[in-house]
Amino acid sequence: MTTRADPVSPGDASADRSWTVRIRSRVVGLVPEGQWLPGRQPVYVASWIYVFGVLTLASLAVVIVTGGALSLGGVAWYHVSSLGLFVNSLHLWSVELFFAFMVIHLWGKFWMAAWRGGRALTWMTGVVLFVASIGTAFTGYLSQTNFDAQWIAAEAKDGLDAVGIGAFFNVLNPGQMLLWHVVLLPFAVGLITVMHIILVRRHGVVPPIDADSPIEKEE
Amino acid sequence: MTRRDKTPDSHDFPTRSYDLVKEFVIALVVVVVLTGGLAAIFSSPDENAITMSGWAKAAPNDLITTAAAELAGSSTSATYGPPYNSNGDGLKLGPLSLQKWAGVRLPVDSAGLVIDPLSAVSGNSELTSALAAWKEATPEQQTKWATDYVDAIGTAEADGEPATGAGGDPAKVAAGEYGPAPVLAAGLLTLAQTGGLEGALTSSGNFFGGDQTKALLLLSDGTYLEEQAVARNLGGGQWGMMNETGNYPGQPWMWLYTFWYQVSPFTTSHADNADAEVWGLMMLLTLLLVLLPFIPGLRSIPRWIPIHRLVWRYYYRGAGRR
Repeated sequence: MTTRADPVSPGDASADRSWTVRIRSRVVGLVPEGQWLPGRQPVYVASWIYVFGVLTLASLAVVIVTGGALSLGGVAWYHVSSLGLFVNSLHLWSVELFFAFMVIHLWGKFWMAAWRGGRALTWMTGVVLFVASIGTAFTGYLSQTNFDAQWIAAEAKDGLDAVGIGAFFNVLNPGQMLLWHVVLLPFAVGLITVMHIILVRRHGVVPPIDADSPIEKEE
Repeated sequence: MTRRDKTPDSHDFPTRSYDLVKEFVIALVVVVVLTGGLAAIFSSPDENAITMSGWAKAAPNDLITTAAAELAGSSTSATYGPPYNSNGDGLKLGPLSLQKWAGVRLPVDSAGLVIDPLSAVSGNSELTSALAAWKEATPEQQTKWATDYVDAIGTAEADGEPATGAGGDPAKVAAGEYGPAPVLAAGLLTLAQTGGLEGALTSSGNFFGGDQTKALLLLSDGTYLEEQAVARNLGGGQWGMMNETGNYPGQPWMWLYTFWYQVSPFTTSHADNADAEVWGLMMLLTLLLVLLPFIPGLRSIPRWIPIHRLVWRYYYRGAGRR
């Protein structure tokens, strides 16, 4: 079986205007060639702190899988099943690990001033991701259908109502909170995670503070 | 980003072998093992939700007092303002009346929390007569009956404050002109004891329920829910928002939000408006964190406190330049 590229000659004006070609060019150009999954990293990438971004990503994968498993049985499953309780426990602890790794990652990037070199958007998407993750976890706590969910809802409504958010985001409505928890916020977290990773791969790992350009040195 | 960002392009540096996929797979295995181990050892908390029948059995006087306050329009939710009613303006964030501007989008009639469930009860002539008397009375008369009844029940001695009325015990209320209020409040207690109150208070108005706004407002208007929470160290002044039942970590990532509720002025002069001001403060701090790369001074802290010398110690020693 052979494959063929688009039968388009270079400089073909109609192909240049094609939406498909434009989107392909944009997607391909998001990250420099060979940087999506590079086999090498700059020599300065040599510290345990770099592991925590990947640990956060691995934790997110476990959070999503355990959350999906919990969804199979429904919101009240874990109250009546030992298997359900174990799956709920897996979900809880993966979330705790996710946040622990994410906070260490965030602090690490702060002390490295990782926004340098045109990486401000990488930092900003990371912070927004942290906030979106807090919202996702919070709606999870509201979806537990237990005493914690009752009390957290009763407490949280006052803060949210005080700034007008509660009128639209009703923590006293478990059905609404469950859908935010399993659909809207995970979608937002997933989307921002993809953006964050693209930006990381696009710009590469931030060089050390006050590092000189190796190219200028050679010149 | 300094005044002139001279950070070189990372792709210009010499490289070394680095297996990202292997790193991710090892990280995944570590997280799976840690998660499984923690779940197997510590499990997860699951204390049953408070039921209305549980409330009725454990604290009947509180439920009756709450029902009377709902009828009188003096409960917390009755005087809350938006988004539940127009009986208050709500809190303000400086000059911004965000709570009021959001409007009454979740309308809840506090007397309805008592009257609506009782209206579905049949076979109780005393209750039926009381409901009829209540509905025929003017709003002023309704409020007077219920308010007098609330005052007559009174409160128990607490925090150095002397007891009022019957000391919080409806059974010891002095005779008076309370109209149907005592029968209605007692009727709600009976309905709660049967286990039928949750279903009668569902806010979605159909078979499937799913919206507990009314039930949670009624429960929150009593003192029982908060007493149970405080007994578990979950009160607002006990870092309650970030904790959960049992010895579990809860939501420690919310520590800063919860922190403000533990300190002055949010516990003292600004306590009444703390919910709005703490939210406003957290929104401001979050915005500062998002925009950190552009804020002079703050963005230079990592340069002033050289923890980065530890992260890149091999590079700075010159090993990376060979």
